[in-house]
Amino acid sequence: MPIQCSKCTEQRAVLKRPKTGQSLCKECFFIVFEEEIHHTIVSAQLFKPGETVAIGASGGKDSTVLAHVMKVLNERYKYGLNLMLLSVDEGITGYRDDSLETVKRNQEQYDLPLKIVSYEELYGWTMDAIVKQALDRGAKLLNVDKICTGHNADDLAETVLMNVLRGDIARLRRCTSISTSSGGEDVLPRCKPLKYAYEKEIVLYAYFKKLDYFSTECIYSPNAYRGHARAFLKDLESVRPSAIMAVLHSGENLSIKESVKMPVQGTCGRCGYISSQALCKACVLLEGLNRGLPKLGIGKHHRLHEKLLSQQPLSNAEERKLKAVDF
Amino acid sequence: MCQVDEEYNGLLESPVASSATKKCNKCKETTAALVLKPGESLCRGCFKEHFVHKFRAMLGKNRIIFPGEKVLLAVSGGSSSCAMLNQVQEGLGQNAHKKLRFKPGIVYIDEGCLLGQSTEKRQKTMAQINSLFKMTGFPHHIIPLEMVLNLPPSVLEPVHLATDDPAGSYKEAVDHFMQSSPVHSVDPRVDRSELSALTDATNPQLIAEAQTQTLQELFSRVKTLTAKEDLLHTLRRHLLVSTARTEGYSKLMLGENCTRLAVKLLANIALGRGAQLAVDTAFCDPRYGDIVAVKPMRDYTAKEISLYNYMWNVPYVFIPSLETKTADKSSIQRLTESFVVKLQVDFPSTVSTIYRTGEKLQTASVTEDIERAPLKCLFCMCTLDTALGETSAFQATLISEQLSNVGTTPMQASLRPDTQTKCGAPCDQQDGEEHCQAQAVCCSHKGGDSMNLESLLCYSCQQTVKDMTSVEFLPQYIMSEAQRRNRRSQIRHEISEFLLTEDGDSPSIKADS
Repeated sequence: MPIQCSKCTEQRAVLKRPKTGQSLCKECFFIVFEEEIHHTIVSAQLFKPGETVAIGASGGKDSTVLAHVMKVLNERYKYGLNLMLLSVDEGITGYRDDSLETVKRNQEQYDLPLKIVSYEELYGWTMDAIVKQALDRGAKLLNVDKICTGHNADDLAETVLMNVLRGDIARLRRCTSISTSSGGEDVLPRCKPLKYAYEKEIVLYAYFKKLDYFSTECIYSPNAYRGHARAFLKDLESVRPSAIMAVLHSGENLSIKESVKMPVQGTCGRCGYISSQALCKACVLLEGLNRGLPKLGIGKHHRLHEKLLSQQPLSNAEERKLKAVDF
Repeated sequence: MCQVDEEYNGLLESPVASSATKKCNKCKETTAALVLKPGESLCRGCFKEHFVHKFRAMLGKNRIIFPGEKVLLAVSGGSSSCAMLNQVQEGLGQNAHKKLRFKPGIVYIDEGCLLGQSTEKRQKTMAQINSLFKMTGFPHHIIPLEMVLNLPPSVLEPVHLATDDPAGSYKEAVDHFMQSSPVHSVDPRVDRSELSALTDATNPQLIAEAQTQTLQELFSRVKTLTAKEDLLHTLRRHLLVSTARTEGYSKLMLGENCTRLAVKLLANIALGRGAQLAVDTAFCDPRYGDIVAVKPMRDYTAKEISLYNYMWNVPYVFIPSLETKTADKSSIQRLTESFVVKLQVDFPSTVSTIYRTGEKLQTASVTEDIERAPLKCLFCMCTLDTALGETSAFQATLISEQLSNVGTTPMQASLRPDTQTKCGAPCDQQDGEEHCQAQAVCCSHKGGDSMNLESLLCYSCQQTVKDMTSVEFLPQYIMSEAQRRNRRSQIRHEISEFLLTEDGDSPSIKADS
């Protein structure tokens, strides 16, 4: 016997919502999914009318769905936003080439302006690990007021778990916030409208809407520890689907002792971008490449920051550790 | 973690290589008997000293247990709580260094009924436990879980004691104790006759078959093992606290070790207990007011305890629980345990890192004034964490449920956020069984009365109740207390406009928060 949609009670249900377990028909699912994001945007007051908002577009499912939903909601509820796509070309062969093609197609499909900034344009080097800054800097070039990214509930829950496993209390405290306010002139406020959307529902939405997205994992992304947190979260979800929301709820309600020391947000001594250290990671990595020490910046080298800032040479012992391995 | 290998490659010696002939790191004389962690090998004697010191230092440092105080040790028969019992025994011994000065008693709760054990089997287990406890000479209470059905509703209200600064009075109490009493005054063997009577009174033979059935009915209404374990934990705590009260104990000692607490912390995050993490894992748990729960074993890893029990022949018994012989993915608690244990193999600092994360979290402050105290969860007695802003995971879930239901247009849902806190969805509009399941107990549909249980529970306990098909078999003390609280909040709501508060807050806001 076909199951009926629990919302309209007329159509045949085509899916069981991973989030609540209710059965819905296609149309009702679209409405519900979009309305939930609308509710998130309205209740958290993510945007103001007239703002220019850049959607961080990678060509993946999250950003594709985000771009689609943002466009739909902007028209339906008259947010009055000036939307655009912003993409970063990291120069990762195979991965980015294809995904950028997807973004370019999205641009036509959604009729949104697209800007692709490449690492070469920004830094003169092509490599990973500077993604966040690249987005900010790219957005600055375009006079954007806000950036929204496609982080979903699974991503955030995973981050909460990972920060507990790593004991990173500072990140634990801020990782669940839906938007970051502007930290300085150089930093744009960011927000995550998909914060309460399950990854599975995003896939379902993209599938039923037949959205065009690129579905390969970034070859640079899986870090060992995050991988554990991810696998654990997926297992939790299979035991109890509401666990993802429960982890988010936990993350939102953690209260941290006042006596615990928190790293202070400062600015990088070289480029002026936000950094908790004397030099930001991007500058340390660049410095390493310029000095012919490729391992500089991989791991922690706080002690060396002073020397780097004042252009002093490193000692032999220090250099030896940071040189590339000879084969 | 990974840096040690990268930077100090070759500098580290392999701890395994020469462990057979290695000398103890501490006394540097005797041959080491065990490797506690890489680079820390100890001989038998030094290990014992280390273990014993840790226990007494934990109690001494925290200054919570006063001399002469009656302390109830919750012993499950497992290795951790038996090691705790052993430490207390040793600490009370005549020639103990830094002698412990409290009066211990032991409690064991028999949960055999939940596993469908026969009366004979349960009696056998209890006899085993009884002989274990008898050897200590401490007063002991062996209580079947069925006793939870006889608890008074008052168990669910924390009892507030007017206390002055405990840190200051601790020293006075110690001095007073030292002066007034000769060394032998603490004799744990006093209440012997009294206790044997008690043990007989709670003999399972006298437990009515009906009570066992009621409890089994209750648990058969719980659909998931996750919720079963959570409910059992809640009921067990209520029974422990109530036993401590009726038997005149003022502290409850729990044997949870570091590994256990790390698992619990992570599982609690997955269960949505983020707001209560600190209370659940800290040394001192003040949520019950007069009975303070302490965890003196929280600095020991499971490995340390096993080694100690093995080397010094500490007796413990294996008693199956709900989790025994279940698959990794049968419950959140079980899954978390296997996850942490497996990760610990590859990353030996996993447990301690999680545990230390817990240390940095805030313990909710205990408000002395009962009238002004924030509302507490009916089950776990923690401060309610459901009065949140519009943008929260809790509200987002409610919106999701509401939107997917019949007859709610999108606009209605977003326009009526205030109706959601009362109940997950508009129940009166539900007719099909299909969606009723999602909020089975919402408004106690199947329980018959229109009681609103969910609003009295914290986020996580709501999840547990959602996994139940019916709440009608919940123990009477919980139901009566729920009715009382509902009536009270109704009255408060009715008179809200006439109430004045000190800081000018609208009373209705306070009642809801």
